[in-house]
Amino acid sequence: MTTRVPTMSELTASGETPEVLFWVGCAGSFDDRARKITKAFVKLMHHAGVKFAVLGTEESCTGDPARRAGNEFLFQMQALQNIQVLNGYGVRRIVTACPHCFNTIRNEYPELGGSYEVLHHSQFLNTLLREGRLKVEGGSFRGKRITFHDPCYLGRGNGEYEAPRELLSKLDAELVEMKRSRAQGLCCGAGGAQMFKEAEPGDREVNIARSEEALGTAPAVIAAGCPFCNTMMTDGVKHFEKEGEVAVKDLAELIAEAADL
Amino acid sequence: MGVENILFIVALAVGIGLFARQVRRIARNVRLGRDEDRSDRKAERWGVMARVALGQGKMVVRPVAGIMHILIYVGFVLINLEVLEIIIDGIFGTHRVLSFLGGFYDLMIAVFEWLALGVVVACVVFLARRLVIRIPRFKGREMTSWPKRDAVYILLIELVLMGALLKMNAVDQLLQERGAEHFVKAGSFPVSSWLTPFFAGMDTGTLLVLERVYWWAHILGILAFLNYLPISKHFHIILAFPNTWYSKLEPRTQVRNMPRITEEVKLMMDPSADPYATPAEGDGAPPERFGARDVQDLSWKSLLDAYTCTECGRCTSECPANLTGKLLSPRKIMMDTRDRLEEVGRNIDANNGTFQDDGKALLGDYISEEELWACTTCNACTQACPVNIDPVAIIMDMRRNLVMEESRPRPALTTMLTNVENNGAPWQFAQSDRMKWTEE
Ligand code: SF4
Ligand code: SF4
Repeated sequence: MTTRVPTMSELTASGETPEVLFWVGCAGSFDDRARKITKAFVKLMHHAGVKFAVLGTEESCTGDPARRAGNEFLFQMQALQNIQVLNGYGVRRIVTACPHCFNTIRNEYPELGGSYEVLHHSQFLNTLLREGRLKVEGGSFRGKRITFHDPCYLGRGNGEYEAPRELLSKLDAELVEMKRSRAQGLCCGAGGAQMFKEAEPGDREVNIARSEEALGTAPAVIAAGCPFCNTMMTDGVKHFEKEGEVAVKDLAELIAEAADL
Repeated sequence: MGVENILFIVALAVGIGLFARQVRRIARNVRLGRDEDRSDRKAERWGVMARVALGQGKMVVRPVAGIMHILIYVGFVLINLEVLEIIIDGIFGTHRVLSFLGGFYDLMIAVFEWLALGVVVACVVFLARRLVIRIPRFKGREMTSWPKRDAVYILLIELVLMGALLKMNAVDQLLQERGAEHFVKAGSFPVSSWLTPFFAGMDTGTLLVLERVYWWAHILGILAFLNYLPISKHFHIILAFPNTWYSKLEPRTQVRNMPRITEEVKLMMDPSADPYATPAEGDGAPPERFGARDVQDLSWKSLLDAYTCTECGRCTSECPANLTGKLLSPRKIMMDTRDRLEEVGRNIDANNGTFQDDGKALLGDYISEEELWACTTCNACTQACPVNIDPVAIIMDMRRNLVMEESRPRPALTTMLTNVENNGAPWQFAQSDRMKWTEE
């Protein structure tokens, strides 16, 4: 099945401007699991009639992992190239399903000449729901226990704790909080370029500790808002051999499923 | 003016003079760091300081420790008003010079006494948490003998000071009742009156001596404590204020930019730039090294952070790396930075004001690569810190040095960096395949 997704260059060629640019991100483009999130989010946007576009092959890594791994040169090369492309198209508004892309473009690009309104997909989806462009009725999640794992780069990093919870509340599910949540939420272990390296020696992996805590709430679903958290939690659930009972799903996937898309 | 007054003035001058010298030394050390402008958004900064330092806003996240700490804090701040009176009395040989305030004075002294009792209770609870209950947060690799003793000393000194204050009041009260010379009737003593039975049997002469002993013990104790602060984590009672004022106001996960690199990258990307032009080097000084190898390479704010650290371990107790047995402890990052900075400072003092290479550095001799690479930049530490310290800034600066100066990232990171450089993604996928997901 192919998904129809307009690119910025196509739209520009036909003299149109989208209301928002969807920044897919590297995980969203290449990682098998994260591509499902990308597609769920695209379905929602199509369904809501959002006029959006992607950069497609003109998109490149934001530079987040390079900067956090200490290579500031590489980060700035990535950033300046991306800013050139974004500014070239006159992009104003960006939405992304990745809190790392969100943080970098929102906070770290302005100093390098790229200022945009940047939204996490949970914030954007909330707007669509509030404006009535998207409708969700609990659906298959009604009454189920769902626990939300705060991504560090969305929550503590950028102070957004409510948008994901507001979205989840639309599912009529039973939202259960982990002992450590919101500002006290425990990291999944992927940030700071850890995703791309072996963990340093220790007693256990961070994602195992976090998954154990999440499983402690006896959830049917662990909701994630970041492709990297998603991978970490999925691995953790597998470690405890609970993948049969507990699903790890992105916010966009949950909403898309509830909306029967 | 009697001998006692002169002695007092000398003691006061020496105590304050020595303290001022220590403060200057610390200020000099902090200025060894790199420049960073933290003077923008002033209104917001006053707000943060009022909330976090003055209002202890982040302490109560842990209610028991938080409330006890507020008790000690309020106790100390207010009881200092009485110290002001002690100083005036000491200089002019007066007795309870503020007693002209009448009923208000009585109320004031009564409140101070209750607060003093509160401080005593809180100090005992804190000692119990450290010595009897042994709260895990106060343990750790960096909590070696000195930091542990330091914490206990502070609590003991506070107990001694409060004890002297209450005993002084108890004796004073008896002398007032007996109508001793100079002892005008002033103050009400709800707590110290419990102590009077211990002294009631003594004759007035002994009491007069004791009153002086406690009075001197209290004020000399305070002056000694003042001079203990700069070598102790207790210095946070002062530095918490500037340190929160200069807090990072940007979103926690925003990493500080390196403008110098922006210049170079822009030149590289500019097709019209002369590739052979050597970049202007300012006054011919060697270019600053990338990132931080030693304390002088860190921002001055990181150095102020290091001196402000209370060693409370709230950061480490929430650090995912530390919780899963990794070597990293953000508290250790701060303590190492301070210890190395002190070492560098002593080196400068011993060498007529210039630093002589001692073959050591913060990176390697204090903080290991293994610690640096364990950080997930989750910012649980900066969130937890009651005085807005930022260990992640130091970790990032040192990673930058490891990678850009030493070319020593972890091996898997080299692969990731190569991928980003070659194909614009951390994995080995071609940029031209970025739309493949739409086809499946
Ligand atoms: S940011 Fe790094 S040091 Fe701070 S709590 Fe997270 S992992 Fe630990
Ligand atoms: S950095 Fe902050 S939280 Fe950590 S030990 Fe020091 S004062 Fe406590």
